[in-house]
Amino acid sequence: MTRGFIYSIAAATLALSAPAMAGTVAPGDVVFADMSVATSMTGETGDPANGRKVFADRKKGNCLACHANTDLKNELFHGDVGPSLDGAGSRWSPEQLRAIVANSKQVFGDQTVMPGFYSLVVGKDIAKEFEGKTILSAQEVEDVVAYLTTLTD
Amino acid sequence: MLSLKSAALAGVILSGLSSFALAGGPVDEELVIDGETQITTRTKAAEGVPFEEVTSGWLYRTEETRALEADSFQNPGMLYVERGEEIWNTVDGEAGKSCASCHGDGQEFLKGVGAAYPKWNAKAGKPFNIELQINQCREDNMQAKPYKFDSADQKALTTYIKNQSLGMPMHVDLAQGDMQSWWDRGKETYYTRMGQLNLSCSNCHEENNGNYIRADHLSQGNVNGFPTYRLKQADMVSLHNRFRGCIRDTRAEFPAAFSDELMALEVYVTWRGTGLGIETPSVRQ
Repeated sequence: MTRGFIYSIAAATLALSAPAMAGTVAPGDVVFADMSVATSMTGETGDPANGRKVFADRKKGNCLACHANTDLKNELFHGDVGPSLDGAGSRWSPEQLRAIVANSKQVFGDQTVMPGFYSLVVGKDIAKEFEGKTILSAQEVEDVVAYLTTLTD
Repeated sequence: MLSLKSAALAGVILSGLSSFALAGGPVDEELVIDGETQITTRTKAAEGVPFEEVTSGWLYRTEETRALEADSFQNPGMLYVERGEEIWNTVDGEAGKSCASCHGDGQEFLKGVGAAYPKWNAKAGKPFNIELQINQCREDNMQAKPYKFDSADQKALTTYIKNQSLGMPMHVDLAQGDMQSWWDRGKETYYTRMGQLNLSCSNCHEENNGNYIRADHLSQGNVNGFPTYRLKQADMVSLHNRFRGCIRDTRAEFPAAFSDELMALEVYVTWRGTGLGIETPSVRQ
């Protein structure tokens, strides 16, 4: 048996034994249909308060890099590469928001500049520390989606 | 009470900043250094460049940053120019030579030289930028050790050499040697999505120049000001350092400085800014 094979068995065992991951859909298995992801990717409902934190955190969603959001106006300098997210919860359904955050390329097409936050289809030469990792966890995406649905007109 | 009030006031000012400070697009200003040297910061794009007009990063910076560059007494990068001139005239290596021993007075010899790099280097069979040319000279002619990437002397001498072309139009001769295939390779890199964030150079600098990423006003990414004095780092920043920083920010492994991949990118990106005036040492955020 090769060392790599042993490692992959060990990794698989670890993944199976992690209870929090039990109901979580793997990034490659998320079903996008009609610009939507129909159900929670973790089986849990999102937490909007944590979603707000993930949204603003520069090491997590860092959403303000590209989007303005009046709800976070106490944070300096909102980007304008993407549209303002004021009223996003009125413009999009939760299922559409889930699809956009998880992998916007499934909604807007391959040309979009927006990264896929729960996708392993990434660019060339990914840094070792990020290999095999998504930008956000499935639950963090659910939390951000729950937060975005509160941004209504 | 007082502190509450000032906190509230600060809040008003800060929220004002976030809503109003970020008006997009390059400014409509002229760059004249010390009231004497007019710099071309906008010019008609060369044939094939996907813009009508190419613009210098100077036009995307704040009024304060622009003013620093326009006054050579205020520009912190000028200290590196002075240091570079010293190096030019200082003997180093087994051969007992300085740059000046062969090339003479820097201000005469170097006029226009830096504006025409990268250039094809037949001996190496690849494009050379100023840094590689300096190292080849040091090894072959001075019998001195090559500079390590981003050593203080490498940055100072490169800055001095480029500064001798201040205001002259940047251009790259693609007819030399195999430059065209390096240009092709650089173009491919420019449009390749990289890293976990899956971003290409073009995503920010072609599609979104004039827009903001947080407080960062995206320019066209032209290279006519390098090495540049970056206020954030309070230091001179070389082009390959900046390339690597951008690539790192996409969460990708970045290539070695002066690697074939980054030399190809330098050839391509330099060509995109054809006609812009050399600004070295430019001042940026």
